[in-house]
Amino acid sequence: MAKKSFVGEIIRGIIKDNPVFVLVLGLCPVLAVTTSFANALGMAMAFTFVLLGSNIFVSLLRKQIPPGVRIPIFILIICTFVTIVDMMLEAFLPPMYEALGIFVPLIVVNCIVIGRAEAFANRNPVLPSIADGIGISIGFAVALILIGSVREILGTGELNLVMLSVQDGVPGFYPILAEPLSFPIAPATVMVTPPGAFLTIAALMLLFKIMSDRKRMKQLRKEGYEI
Amino acid sequence: MIETPGLMPTENIFPLFVEAMFTKNFLLIMFLGLCSYIGLTTNSETSKGMSMAVTFVMTVSAILTWPIYHYLLSPAGILGTDLTFLRTICFILIIASFVQLVEFIIRRFSPPLYKSLGIYLPLIATNCAVLGVVLLNIQEGYTYGASIIYAFAAGLGFAWVMLATAAVREKLIMRGVDLFSGFIGAFFAATMVALIIVSYFSVVKL
Repeated sequence: MAKKSFVGEIIRGIIKDNPVFVLVLGLCPVLAVTTSFANALGMAMAFTFVLLGSNIFVSLLRKQIPPGVRIPIFILIICTFVTIVDMMLEAFLPPMYEALGIFVPLIVVNCIVIGRAEAFANRNPVLPSIADGIGISIGFAVALILIGSVREILGTGELNLVMLSVQDGVPGFYPILAEPLSFPIAPATVMVTPPGAFLTIAALMLLFKIMSDRKRMKQLRKEGYEI
Repeated sequence: MIETPGLMPTENIFPLFVEAMFTKNFLLIMFLGLCSYIGLTTNSETSKGMSMAVTFVMTVSAILTWPIYHYLLSPAGILGTDLTFLRTICFILIIASFVQLVEFIIRRFSPPLYKSLGIYLPLIATNCAVLGVVLLNIQEGYTYGASIIYAFAAGLGFAWVMLATAAVREKLIMRGVDLFSGFIGAFFAATMVALIIVSYFSVVKL
């Protein structure tokens, strides 16, 4: 395998190997918790912590893990980080813990995390594995936040931007702007209900497919093909 | 002091059953187990095998995990210490080893059944629907009987949605609508089936 730069690995995870729109993996949290921008951000942060931790440890232990029982060992490593993030959320961010529900413990069986451990971290040294973890996490976060924002805007007509910060000694997700951004559209409640999630992701994927097809057509025309 | 829920169901069984099968359907409303849903519903034979396997594993996982949580891990159990933070790791190990065991048994004693069901079993160990149902049983504090019924009903709900979507997709692919063989078509098909459930149960209240 050709040596790639640290930044190159990160960018590959965001665009070429985007876990949601390209690989179509780990869909359960993508559809379930993206009812709003805030929930999408919280899920993305929990996921990033787990993926980084699991990638680092799998790659550190890759020479010790016997190939026959590697999958159970990956699951144990992932489970450790999931338990940490679950307990931290319960202790420090109870509202987010309530909103995410069982989808935090379910990161254990998320195909993306096991897939990265198997396909990348188990075969590469620590530094590329960290880059891969960061890239895939950002790709996942971009997808989650995109879907969350679209659903919140179409479903409620407003977008409440939040950020993780500490106010009066209490950590939490606090709004960045004093008032939520409002959009001049009639709110369609169906978008925040479950069918809206399927519709949003189908429409977004169709949009990306049309965009990439157009790009490919342009390139083919440049090369002299007649389409 | 935390009390252990009883063995016999005290909940109202019929609403629980309908909730797990329709109004809180695992695939379309709770979004659990979507990977197999999107991947396998292009063919109704494979979706039949997968949903049978999932229903079976879900029910048995509920039977196995409830006593372990309430009698071992919970502070009201026989150890008397709070080990509930180990629940995720315990449950996933139980499910994975059970699935492995079933695979061995079926392969040894019933090759025809292994051919139709066995190939889906490894996929199920990391299916979020199975881990989801045992976590929900604990979170909702169901009694032993109710948790088994809930898991079985959730499996049936999984099965009918798999079969309904597979029927829609298979027919459209056969008619030459190529869009439905890909991921995008799967999501559009899921939108349709989900809209049907949500609108039906917003008119007909339980």
